[in-house]
Amino acid sequence: MLSNTGNFLLILSILFTSFIIYQSFACLKKTNDMIFKSIYKISLLQSTTILICFFTLVGAFMVSDFSLINVYQNSHTLKPIFYKISGTWGNHEGSLLLWVIILTIFSFLFLITNKNHPKNYRINTLIIQNILILGFLFFILFNSNPFSSISPIPKEGLGLNPILQDPALAIHPPLLYVGFVGSSIYFSAAMASVITNYSGKFFAQSIKSWVIISWSFQTLGILVGSIWAYYELGWGGFWFWDPVENASLLPWFAMTALLHSLLVLEKRNILYFWSIILCLLTFTLSVTGTFLVRSGILNSVHTFANDPSRGIYILSFLSLMIFASVYILFTKYKPTNDQINSNSKETFILINNWFMMFYLITVLLGTLYPIFTDAISNNKISVGPPFYNSVIIPVVIIFLFFMAIGPKVRWIKNEFLNFKDLLKIIVGAIAVNFIITYFFKSYSLISNLIIISSVFLIISTISDAFKKPKINFARIISHFSFGFLIFFIGLNHNFSIEKDFNLKLGETKKIDNYNFELKDLKLQQYDNYKAVIGKIQISDLSTNKKRTLNPEIRIYDNPQTLTYEASIKTNFFRDYYLTMSNIDRSDYYNIKFQEKPLMIWIWISVVMLSFGGFLSFIRNAKNN
Amino acid sequence: MLPKKVKKRASLLSIFLLLSVIGVFLILNALNKNILYFNSPTDIKISQDINYNKKMRVGGMVKKNTLNIKDQEIRFIITDFKNEVEVSFKGTIPNLFAEGKGVVAEGKLQDKKFFIAERILAKHDENYMPPELKNIMKENAE
Repeated sequence: MLSNTGNFLLILSILFTSFIIYQSFACLKKTNDMIFKSIYKISLLQSTTILICFFTLVGAFMVSDFSLINVYQNSHTLKPIFYKISGTWGNHEGSLLLWVIILTIFSFLFLITNKNHPKNYRINTLIIQNILILGFLFFILFNSNPFSSISPIPKEGLGLNPILQDPALAIHPPLLYVGFVGSSIYFSAAMASVITNYSGKFFAQSIKSWVIISWSFQTLGILVGSIWAYYELGWGGFWFWDPVENASLLPWFAMTALLHSLLVLEKRNILYFWSIILCLLTFTLSVTGTFLVRSGILNSVHTFANDPSRGIYILSFLSLMIFASVYILFTKYKPTNDQINSNSKETFILINNWFMMFYLITVLLGTLYPIFTDAISNNKISVGPPFYNSVIIPVVIIFLFFMAIGPKVRWIKNEFLNFKDLLKIIVGAIAVNFIITYFFKSYSLISNLIIISSVFLIISTISDAFKKPKINFARIISHFSFGFLIFFIGLNHNFSIEKDFNLKLGETKKIDNYNFELKDLKLQQYDNYKAVIGKIQISDLSTNKKRTLNPEIRIYDNPQTLTYEASIKTNFFRDYYLTMSNIDRSDYYNIKFQEKPLMIWIWISVVMLSFGGFLSFIRNAKNN
Repeated sequence: MLPKKVKKRASLLSIFLLLSVIGVFLILNALNKNILYFNSPTDIKISQDINYNKKMRVGGMVKKNTLNIKDQEIRFIITDFKNEVEVSFKGTIPNLFAEGKGVVAEGKLQDKKFFIAERILAKHDENYMPPELKNIMKENAE
């Protein structure tokens, strides 16, 4: 029953979408400046239908309707209700439905919120956005249909991969998708802007809010994913430079660059062409990321069930998108004359963009290089974290200095920089650095430079807050928290302690300043899994403080899976992180212990970073 | 003399080009230093020019009844059903590491039969197999 309802709603959405496109073309032919009332109505109907369609699927998951293959493969009656619901978008088909929801809702919201912009620009945006929607709806209906039915109806589902049964991972896809898919609306708007020659300042104003909001959500989405990886994957890091993670970072770089270049476009009416390129790039990278992740051509530590036919569809859709946008860009674009004084805010923002492009190219090359070598020379290779660290870290140091100075510089033409102030700040940063190295009793050139540059950015951003008569708090908070983020990552990366060893029950082991004792092992039965809970006491020999950590080994029934749950003790200064795994056919337990200084501050910095984005969104909404 | 505007633009453009060339050079250079080649035990056996100082990945199945756990060290044999390499590893083994299952080890080769791993790669899913491994297993099974 639900299968028919779902399919009916999908087809209904396709009809509405086609009708919007048809009506929009009709509307374009009319010379007056009014958009048909019917377009608003159908858009609202379209969004509602898609939403109902999605909730139909959610309903199917809630009542465990195993007549749907999708529910059968990803759910189980014994699963807690929360994970039944989040299972809806925890799989490929359901997440695509979520993807289309964001496409349509953004389409509708863009239509109703941009009333002071010309009709042709809005209608063209709507047409392009709806062509995208149509493309994805067809993909869902014919290739990845979440409403495909199965017969005979199975009695029980296969269950959701246990490591995906997690609150962080339940909210991770929706957050990330608002960022990822949200970028579609300025892709469409950029195309429409080129087609209708609605360029410059007003174009910047119309998409600014959308860029900011998608950037903020993307930032949060990446954060939640990385927190999840930190406690769930059990290796104690929060970023692996894995292809799947890179796929979320690539559009983020493009978005960040766009965010800044739009400021120039809005204020000075220059960098139009470049901003358009960035709009196109952001959404293209979002779709590319999806393609890489879903097609399975990349070897990733994260797994997704792969299906080559999906890859082919997304790849052709992607090529068509890129080809069409480049074609429109080169046939319709009218060159403008941009002039930039080299000592001006414009230049500094352009420098920001260059850096973003550098990061983007680095990550893109690192991610794609294995595919090329495999195709060309048949060599199987992989690119690991050392590559990214050695390329990106030194560049970040220079970047932070520019990031600190940039906002101090004036638009159009700057007279001079106040070198006295800068000198004071840098002396301050070096002093902070010495205190820190003294405190941690460790030394490395690169970590010192990271600390100095990030503290330089922090101090100089704070000092901006007191100087200017009109302060932009959103900017201050974002720049300030980015400085903090790099600062804490630097400290965390350099001063983490990691110990690996094997222990038997009752055994005690002394390593450096710590005594580890495996005191107890308990077997506990839960609703949908069994857990072996270890009790490990860590005594700090220098302070005589004892801590007990309880890592778990979980044995899930549906599907039969073994997972290791890290035990983490967090405080404001450091995280104690411990995982335990049993070793096949032996009494030994493998223990991985880590001490990670200031871990929680990394998360807080990113939350503040995206908070800056939200603040900027509110500020921008007020101004317009 | 060229007009001032053109000169300025040319100098900006040349700085930009220079920076991009340096940037791309740095990236490619770092890439070349940091790529890891993936080999099966058979690849290792037939290879003529093995660099023993460079990290690599070895993949295959953990051979049944070869897992040997000591206090500090774990030893096992990786097989691709044609050739074998013995692996020694100190550290945390990931989810679902077990005899008879696929494994990818990262580290340095000591000689053609002995490999010291620094990392055993994590996997999430019992049915998941790295694409590299899948191909090898398919070929050898035929």
